[in-house]
Amino acid sequence: MKKELITLNVNGDDHEIAVFPWQTLNEVLRDELHLTGTKLGCGTGDCGACTVLIDGKSVSSCLTLAIEAEGVKITTIEGLAPEAVAAAGDLESCELDPIQESFINKGAIQCGFCSPGMIMSSKFLLSHTPKPTEAEIRAGLSGNLCRCTGYNKIVDAIADAAEKINDAQ
Amino acid sequence: MTLPQFTYLAPTSLKEACDLLREHQGKIKIKAGGTDMIVRLSHRAVKPDYLMSIKKIPGLDKISYDAATGLTIGALALLRDVEINEDVLAHAPMLARAAHQTATVQIRNMGTVMGNICNASPSADNIPTLVAMNAVIIAANGNSEREIPIDEFFLGPGRSALAADEIATAIRVPVTAALTGTSYQKISPRSKVDIAAVNIGAMLTLDGAKKCSAVRISMGAVGPTPLRGAKAEAYLVNKEICAETLAEAGRLAAEDASPISDVRASREYRKLMVEVLTTRALKEAADLAAA
Repeated sequence: MKKELITLNVNGDDHEIAVFPWQTLNEVLRDELHLTGTKLGCGTGDCGACTVLIDGKSVSSCLTLAIEAEGVKITTIEGLAPEAVAAAGDLESCELDPIQESFINKGAIQCGFCSPGMIMSSKFLLSHTPKPTEAEIRAGLSGNLCRCTGYNKIVDAIADAAEKINDAQ
Repeated sequence: MTLPQFTYLAPTSLKEACDLLREHQGKIKIKAGGTDMIVRLSHRAVKPDYLMSIKKIPGLDKISYDAATGLTIGALALLRDVEINEDVLAHAPMLARAAHQTATVQIRNMGTVMGNICNASPSADNIPTLVAMNAVIIAANGNSEREIPIDEFFLGPGRSALAADEIATAIRVPVTAALTGTSYQKISPRSKVDIAAVNIGAMLTLDGAKKCSAVRISMGAVGPTPLRGAKAEAYLVNKEICAETLAEAGRLAAEDASPISDVRASREYRKLMVEVLTTRALKEAADLAAA
């Protein structure tokens, strides 16, 4: 069985890459492009740890075939604050996405495994509902599980981020 | 888990897709959004030699409304599209509710309503409302097209009336009569994200004097296919809508349900919930019909 050459647009950059048709977008992002911010949790679309944006919409990268992600814009957690990634975590010198900032400031990160997925889901939520109620935030996170069960602070962080974004506009 | 190996096919026309189905019969699976198919591949529940995506076939993602033919939902319309589409919200709001209550945000951004139908799971969220609204499934084989009434579409768990070389291309929902309301009610062990333990779709028409002139009830997750609440329907026609008749209709619906006990609910609990949710669905449908 032979690989097929495809072009993936990830965080604004085109990557030419040879993939097997049965490789998921999650596998290609993590194993081929070494963008390991996107996690793999359940592998069945239940936990949301693998969430990325495709053309602005949150999807499970574990259920997406890489071969079908051609011609779309893929955004991973690394794409939200590229300078911070380049600065290898030296957060003094660079700006984070407001949602990432709120997650830190509100203590919404415990072990951190669910955080990239939570943040990508928040990104989609705030893109179509800029002023969400608490119920809307919880519904917007319905596809993301936190094994540390730190949900309340995550909800607080998203409300905080929404306020910041709206104030800035 | 790494997926099993398959040859990937992405035809760009319906004719080509149906020809591929005929060529590789028994060795090929159709994929749209993939939210069920990729999981089944990952679990090795299916091991097709060929996986055929229908996503490159143009025109299948449309949702439209026509005053004569009603609402048409294309096979590639996402759950999310149906959830927020203005024509759906205006003419069949309970289809939007059912789509909204399906799985998670991410799944709704990937999965299609048609995929939920074609998997023919007895507990599928989007089936009861479509049965209640007397929908029709359009099936094409590349040479001709036929309409399958949704009452005849489900043959058993995972089994539909589609032939091996057919693709379901659209769902057609007839124009709703005047003084008609619909409802979707669901209960599951955890939240709306979870698979339904029981789900009920209802459509009810009033005659202008608070009497029911027509009603359709569909009950999910209480039999091998979605079941009609035939006894309750027969009872309710020509009855005045009031607390007593709605309660009796709920009781009769439970008589027609034949659920099993499984991880999501016991047989007894399901029977009880059919009664409660049917009464609730009929009440909401009647209220909306009168509004």
